[in-house]
Amino acid sequence: MTRVKVNPSNRDKEISRIIEISGENIYSCMQCSKCSASCPANSEMDILPHQVVRILQLGNYERIVNSQTIWNCASCFTCGARCPRDIDITKIMEAIRLTVIRNKGESRIDVDELPEKIDDKMPHQAIVSVFRKYRK
Amino acid sequence: MARIGVFVCWCGSNIAATVDVKEVAKEAAKMSGVVLSTDYQYMCSEIGQNLLRNAIKKEKLDRVVVAACSPRMHEVTFRKAAELAGLNPYLVEIANIREHCSWVHKNKDEATEKAIALVRAAVAKVTLNQELIPGEIGIEKRALVIGGGIAGIQTALDIADAGYMVDVIEKTPSIGGKMAQIDKTFPTLDCSACILTPKMVDASMHPNINLHTYSEVEKVSGYVGNFEVTINKKARSVIIEKCSGCGVCIEKCPSRKTKSEFEEGLVNRKAIYTPFPQAVPNVPVIDREACIKFKTGKCGICKKVCTAEAIDFEQEDTKIIQKYGAIVVSTGYDLIDLAKFGEYAYGEDPDVITSLEFERITNAAGPTAGKLLRPSNNEKPEKVVFIQCVGSRDKTCRGKTYCSKICCMYTAKHAMLIKEKYPDIEVHVFYIDVRTPGKNFDEFQRRAVEEYGVNYIKGMVGKVFPDGDKLRVYGVDALSGDTIEIDADLVVLAAATKAKEDAEELGRKLSISTDTNNFFTEAHPKLRPVETHSAGIYLAGACQGPKDIPETVAQASAAASKAIILLSKSKLINNPCVAKVDETICCGCLECTNICPYEAIASTIIEYRDHGKMIKKLVSEVNEALCQGCGGCTVTCRPGAIDLKGFSNKQILAEVDALCF
Repeated sequence: MTRVKVNPSNRDKEISRIIEISGENIYSCMQCSKCSASCPANSEMDILPHQVVRILQLGNYERIVNSQTIWNCASCFTCGARCPRDIDITKIMEAIRLTVIRNKGESRIDVDELPEKIDDKMPHQAIVSVFRKYRK
Repeated sequence: MARIGVFVCWCGSNIAATVDVKEVAKEAAKMSGVVLSTDYQYMCSEIGQNLLRNAIKKEKLDRVVVAACSPRMHEVTFRKAAELAGLNPYLVEIANIREHCSWVHKNKDEATEKAIALVRAAVAKVTLNQELIPGEIGIEKRALVIGGGIAGIQTALDIADAGYMVDVIEKTPSIGGKMAQIDKTFPTLDCSACILTPKMVDASMHPNINLHTYSEVEKVSGYVGNFEVTINKKARSVIIEKCSGCGVCIEKCPSRKTKSEFEEGLVNRKAIYTPFPQAVPNVPVIDREACIKFKTGKCGICKKVCTAEAIDFEQEDTKIIQKYGAIVVSTGYDLIDLAKFGEYAYGEDPDVITSLEFERITNAAGPTAGKLLRPSNNEKPEKVVFIQCVGSRDKTCRGKTYCSKICCMYTAKHAMLIKEKYPDIEVHVFYIDVRTPGKNFDEFQRRAVEEYGVNYIKGMVGKVFPDGDKLRVYGVDALSGDTIEIDADLVVLAAATKAKEDAEELGRKLSISTDTNNFFTEAHPKLRPVETHSAGIYLAGACQGPKDIPETVAQASAAASKAIILLSKSKLINNPCVAKVDETICCGCLECTNICPYEAIASTIIEYRDHGKMIKKLVSEVNEALCQGCGGCTVTCRPGAIDLKGFSNKQILAEVDALCF
């Protein structure tokens, strides 16, 4: 286990983005761990859902993105449904995944190439989502 | 021409640091009608008050403006000082240059300018002030206590001991409330019944206390010192005066399908019943919805076996109308319904119970005679799991946002009671936080952990899963991150407390407010904790917010002393700043009667002579004793016939004009 110094007052860019994308108030959490206790996939998680929220509160983004938890989350919504603090943890998990996906920087499309790609078969939504996912 | 004196207070540095008081006094001296303008460090001090009194006499002042703190703070002080100097107290105006100025501004120049404007407005208003003389109202020397739990009992005993008559209204057939259901009390573990039942008997034997059990408040009218309350005494179907309390009727009653409210539904009761053996009064009541006689017309066994001839099937609800000087509300609390918490399997598995059900199970007078047995099979459990904060501190629609306050302590108590009787039973407590402020409270909870070996786990339970004859409890230890699975035999849920369902309705009858959680609102959260915004109505116990027994009793005695203070007065001086109707302008639309929250406005027919003819006219009429001076009617009145004395339309407009100067 690596010990990382964290600065709780440090709401870095990624954490702010997670809060923005999820629309959830992570500071409402009082660490009751009901989400973790309810999670059907918790045996597959190296960091439990309530710990994910705590680590976000402490601002340690690195530790979260390097965990298996975010990819093992089944998005079953049980955590959010039972949370007494009205936090939808599923949305937070999704937001974390999105920050990773969007940060990959593998821009698979160039704006200049776009007109060529558009044909009758390509759904418009797919084109839009390409921009949404790969921001760089 | 008015002779106005202006006194600008420094309030130490509270005002003087942000407002140039000398400048304010200098500017005030130039205002119309001002003959004296000065400043002083602490106007409220004795020296400050003497300054005001001497100035009134020496300068022959007939109006006074004190530029100081909020009138809520010291208006009374300065009015008294003026009265001592021979000035009518209502000729004193306060310019609030502290809360409304110095405390909320940083820039001294701007704050000084605003302070001058506020003084100018007060000078403009005071010029139009008129002498007001408060009226007097008599007081009915009798108190009403609504709710006969420990709060109501304590309040009634205290008021009765002071020599005043008290009526107690209790909805259920017996007084005692929640405390009667409880086994032991924290943190001393003394038996609840042993300390409560003597008080119940005291209340029933006290010459000054009148108990109305199985009764409800139907209507409340009147005002402080003179409330008129209609009490609905529900038909008991048993004549209290005749009944000897022998209990033969209960024994013989063949209806046994109704769940006992007192035993929290763990066992059934008869249709004719007393809630518990120590009930006061020890007179049964017939539950007409369960009674075979009332349902089918056949039966009547209770009547046949009653040697005292106390059973009366024809009894009807009776109404009692009584006048009271003071009312104390002590209606208590309930636990929330756990139907929304499906993950705990409450209602689905009989071995998942609430903490109040646990109280009955562990109580020697309860359905298991104090033996800890699982409701499903009447066997001793091996593992017991307690879950705290079930619905407390819950922001969702399932629970309540507040902390229920009593659960941490009673859960520790329950855990200890089990360990005391059965050291071999494993006890686990799931908690979010342990909150034990209070005298000897934390020591008590630590004893559960350190001496009795109760396993406290920080974390909530995700699911309780009935599995064979066990309850599989899935949880997490939040501190270590370990997942936990316990095959429990009994799960006890610390359900959140909530206000009584009918609290809001009662609040409306009494014209007292409730908060977002339906708890009654106190007049001030710190300084007036037992009073309501309606004069003469006081609060005691958990109807004002979650409370344990020591706090409830303390508040009950406080409410009683407030009621006694009121009842001990020979006359009440009412506020002369009440609404006044100009009958010549009033058009009789009676809009004001609809808007008045205190039902202080009624209508009357006046006769007057117009061109030699007698004309009858409908006009509104203000009951000065009821009017609280809120001013709602003055703005509702279309012809502008209503003025609030002390705050007349002219005075308010003069203030506005002065501000727009």
